[in-house]
Amino acid sequence: MKTWLKILAIVLLFYVHIGGLLMDVPRLNILNETIRALYFHVPMWFGMVTLFLISVVYSVLYLVNPSVALDRKAVEFANVGLVFGILGMLTGMLWANYAWGSFWHGDPKQNGAAIALLVYLAYFILRGSVENEEQKARLSAVYNIFAFAAMIPLIFIIPRLTSSLHPGSGGNPGFNMYDLDNRMRMVFYPAVIGWILIGIWVTTLRVRMRGIEDKIHDLEDEKTH
Amino acid sequence: MILHLIHKELTLELRRKAVISGIGVYLFSLIFICYLTFSLRQNSINEATWSALFWLAILFSVVNSVAKSFIGEKKGSFIYYYAVASPQAIILSKILYNTLLCLLLSLAGYALFSLFIGNPIQDHALFLLTLLLTSFGFSAALSLISGIASKANNSNILMAVLSFPVILALLLMAIKITKNVLDGLDRSVSIDELLNLLAINCILTGLSYMLFPYIWRS
Repeated sequence: MKTWLKILAIVLLFYVHIGGLLMDVPRLNILNETIRALYFHVPMWFGMVTLFLISVVYSVLYLVNPSVALDRKAVEFANVGLVFGILGMLTGMLWANYAWGSFWHGDPKQNGAAIALLVYLAYFILRGSVENEEQKARLSAVYNIFAFAAMIPLIFIIPRLTSSLHPGSGGNPGFNMYDLDNRMRMVFYPAVIGWILIGIWVTTLRVRMRGIEDKIHDLEDEKTH
Repeated sequence: MILHLIHKELTLELRRKAVISGIGVYLFSLIFICYLTFSLRQNSINEATWSALFWLAILFSVVNSVAKSFIGEKKGSFIYYYAVASPQAIILSKILYNTLLCLLLSLAGYALFSLFIGNPIQDHALFLLTLLLTSFGFSAALSLISGIASKANNSNILMAVLSFPVILALLLMAIKITKNVLDGLDRSVSIDELLNLLAINCILTGLSYMLFPYIWRS
């Protein structure tokens, strides 16, 4: 990753955290100050979906042209995406506790998100239970693509069909063109970009770390032989 | 080729009567346990519970029966299939055969539910169509996942873990249609869900067809 992108990510997130907590927000019923959760909760989902999408792209590339490097990237993007998903879930639950009165409300969006996390937990369990490295990479790439496609209706279509308390649907105020205030956009968009950049940065670091770890293992194997 | 493979599946299945009767008894005991645990007197169960119980029973028996489509096979037979048939033909024949199996299971489950727990369904034709569509979707998703799970160590656990999140979308749609049917709503209300079900089926089948060659190659 380019250095200026890293600096941009850091600057953006500094701005988001300070601006997100201090700048003025519109006063809306029920939401009140919890509307600030938009800056910290929603970017997590944007980050998660972006990272999972990149992971799927690498899985497709792996099936077309198998190589260890591509597999490593697919796994690590899924890994960091999962962390983003868990953070999104936690921030959402925290918000739901104040806005809806309980941490788990059984809202279609909450359920969809929980299933998305289940898919990727299953993905890592699959990776854990295959021993042959090459087979592990291939099977998990297949599952990654399959599960991602099967997940799309769950998180993008079904929540829109059913009524939901979640902001942005069913007439509730939230993230859409008409009631996302201009002042909020000035913090929200940088937050999304900043978090996606951070996600990619963390992933590239992890990919390099895994590459070096593998190299060390190879060297140790050579020594023992 | 596909017809040959389906024919082979059928003859094999009929030869191993223990397996097919095992699945039948599994479904029967599952439904009978539902019946006993709720200690059902007539009409003591409401419609939402009926649909939840029904789909749970179908889900578990279907996952268990389709799981054996690759997991149960002997290693040697894989090599034989590999030599005589293309992977596309194999997955399509498996999907079609498993659709038949799932449909039979769903119909048997439906009959048993009617017998023990009652039958509150009002629009039978629509419900049967839903059963057909879900059977197809289940078998498309589960055949591929069975192929994946058969290569791993703890196949049976893995089968359940991998398949549940994937088929949840199908299940939710099916439950919604079931709810409409139970409430006696007009057919036009369920059109959207039926189309969704069809779309999900197309996605799952297309992906199984494209991805299966990659897991078959080893």
